[in-house]
Amino acid sequence: MVAVSDKLDEKKAWSPWPLTRNGGILLLLILYPFIASPFWIVQVGAQTFFLGLVALSLMLLAGLGGMVSLAQLTIAGVAGYMWAIFGESTAPISLHLPWYLVLPIALAIAVIFATLIGAISVRTEGIYTIMITLAIGVGFANFANQNYAILNGFNGFAGLSPPPIFGVDWREPMPFYYLALGIAGLAYFGVVYFRRSTFGLSLQAIRDNPRRMETLGFHVALHRILAYALAGFIAALGGIFIVWFNGRISPGSIGLGPMIDILVIAVLGGLRHPIGPFIGALVFVLLDNFAIDLIDRERFNTVIGAAFLLVVLVSPDGLLGLWDRLKRALAKGRDESGNDGFQP
Amino acid sequence: MTANARYMAWALAGLVLVAIVAAGAAGVDVRAGRDVRLFLLTFLNGLTLAGLYFVVASGFTLVFGLMRNVNLAHGAIALLGAYIGYDVANWAGNWFVGVAAGFLATAVFGLALQTLVMRRMEGDELRQTLVTIGISIVMADLMLAFWTGTTYQFEVPEFLFGATPMPWVKVYNSYRLFVLLIAVVIGIALWLFLNRTAVGMMIRAGVDDRAMLSATGVNVQLVFALTFAIGAGLAGLGGVIGGSFLSIAPGEDVRYLLASLVVVIVGGMGSITGAAIGAILIGMAEQFGLAYSRTYGVVFTYVIMVVVLALRPEGIMGRRG
Repeated sequence: MVAVSDKLDEKKAWSPWPLTRNGGILLLLILYPFIASPFWIVQVGAQTFFLGLVALSLMLLAGLGGMVSLAQLTIAGVAGYMWAIFGESTAPISLHLPWYLVLPIALAIAVIFATLIGAISVRTEGIYTIMITLAIGVGFANFANQNYAILNGFNGFAGLSPPPIFGVDWREPMPFYYLALGIAGLAYFGVVYFRRSTFGLSLQAIRDNPRRMETLGFHVALHRILAYALAGFIAALGGIFIVWFNGRISPGSIGLGPMIDILVIAVLGGLRHPIGPFIGALVFVLLDNFAIDLIDRERFNTVIGAAFLLVVLVSPDGLLGLWDRLKRALAKGRDESGNDGFQP
Repeated sequence: MTANARYMAWALAGLVLVAIVAAGAAGVDVRAGRDVRLFLLTFLNGLTLAGLYFVVASGFTLVFGLMRNVNLAHGAIALLGAYIGYDVANWAGNWFVGVAAGFLATAVFGLALQTLVMRRMEGDELRQTLVTIGISIVMADLMLAFWTGTTYQFEVPEFLFGATPMPWVKVYNSYRLFVLLIAVVIGIALWLFLNRTAVGMMIRAGVDDRAMLSATGVNVQLVFALTFAIGAGLAGLGGVIGGSFLSIAPGEDVRYLLASLVVVIVGGMGSITGAAIGAILIGMAEQFGLAYSRTYGVVFTYVIMVVVLALRPEGIMGRRG
């Protein structure tokens, strides 16, 4: 596989366009709740952000680290479960600790879990990683289904909600939207920064040639495990939002279907840039809500599966790659070299 | 693999198996006061389940070994085979016709999948894997639309229905013994096919070095297509015979896929012997877990997987590199 051209040292003439465009998008995202209905604010807006968060963690692992992990939703699920176990829920086994203790505990346990998954799966490479993480994720869902002592078995937990911090009811559409936007934005810019950090650059170098990096004295396995931990933190944030949004968590919500949804979102959007997962999440959420108008509601999986297949077959870099190719085609006419190798 | 590593591998497999059986035996001792019958029944259940897992996983590992293609639609193909087999068996009134139909239909499906889709992205393993995920999503949904969410149960032929007298356990389900027999026959047939025929030789050569095989003038695409067809056919066959003692319902595809995955991860990818060892380990772990530790039985399987990965990341019979 060839290295991704991240255009590190490509000198471009400064243009005001990217700044204007990004500023415009940010302004639009901030003003959005004032022009949209609650359905569009929460179901579409906020959901895009937190599903995008979980997919962003996959983008970090797969796009930058070359490790396609299907267990990112499992990590999100662990964070959600911990929120339910240590915090408030309708189940009698919840511990009812205050939120400022529950939040760090939930995030920390999820990150530890992610690190363990990383430690197990870095022993494998490429497609093996998909298989291992798939088995771990489904195994955890099966375990949650059987374990009544801690995870409350098949029923899981209900009655989950964001805590009333600063006297704000975070369940209201507007505060929930801005909270999701804020966290997703922080994570997004965090990953954008991470790509240029020393650790991020070595991770990308390991993705492109692990053997060479090993020879240069880099600890390949440690870098990968740390990437799992970092991605796990992002996934855990998304997981907390998921349980706040759904109000409940059960083995069904961390099963194979939702796990694959995250992969679909990330690949649909594109794994090359951190904005990809959010674009994928938006398309996914829109399809999820409006597939009913395209085709029978029951056949949502066929629609999303077909969209996924189409993207993988036509544009291996997802919608982002499609957009890039369109731009290039417009700019230079047809001088495609045919190099559309899928890059993680 | 050197002789030394091979002994290590067998020793590891034996050790894990002994550990499971010992744990089961200890459980017997503590709970039911040396209930030998329960122990033997569980052992037979584990062995026969292993037979089913072997049939499904051998197809998965065959395709992987040759083409480095992780076919995550394998479970969906198994379920498709089960549905088609069920319909044809009902229509023909003969279970064996159903089995043959399940095998042939999925083999043709696999052939189409390889020639129409997989060949277009050869060498791009990750993309192939993603495509099979997409296919499995669509397949599962379309099967749900066509065959609905009803659970189907096969009628097995009269002479396989009922119980066979056995020493110690008195009687045992005849059909499950028959499944074990099928698995052994398929195992031997696969071994003969791979080791004693010209095509089998080509497949083995392709596993070792694809480029070299095609340089010797062999039509590699033909070998690939054939292997994929056999692999998918074995999944469909497993679906039909499994559907006769488990059930045919939406969600069973995940079960088959997961069983294949864990079996080949544990046994070593691309190795038929590995698939047999993995199937026995996983089948035993599942049944002993179910019988002696109802709550945490499901976890045994994954504990085995993690232990094997920690000690031998390439799987018990797998090869490094």
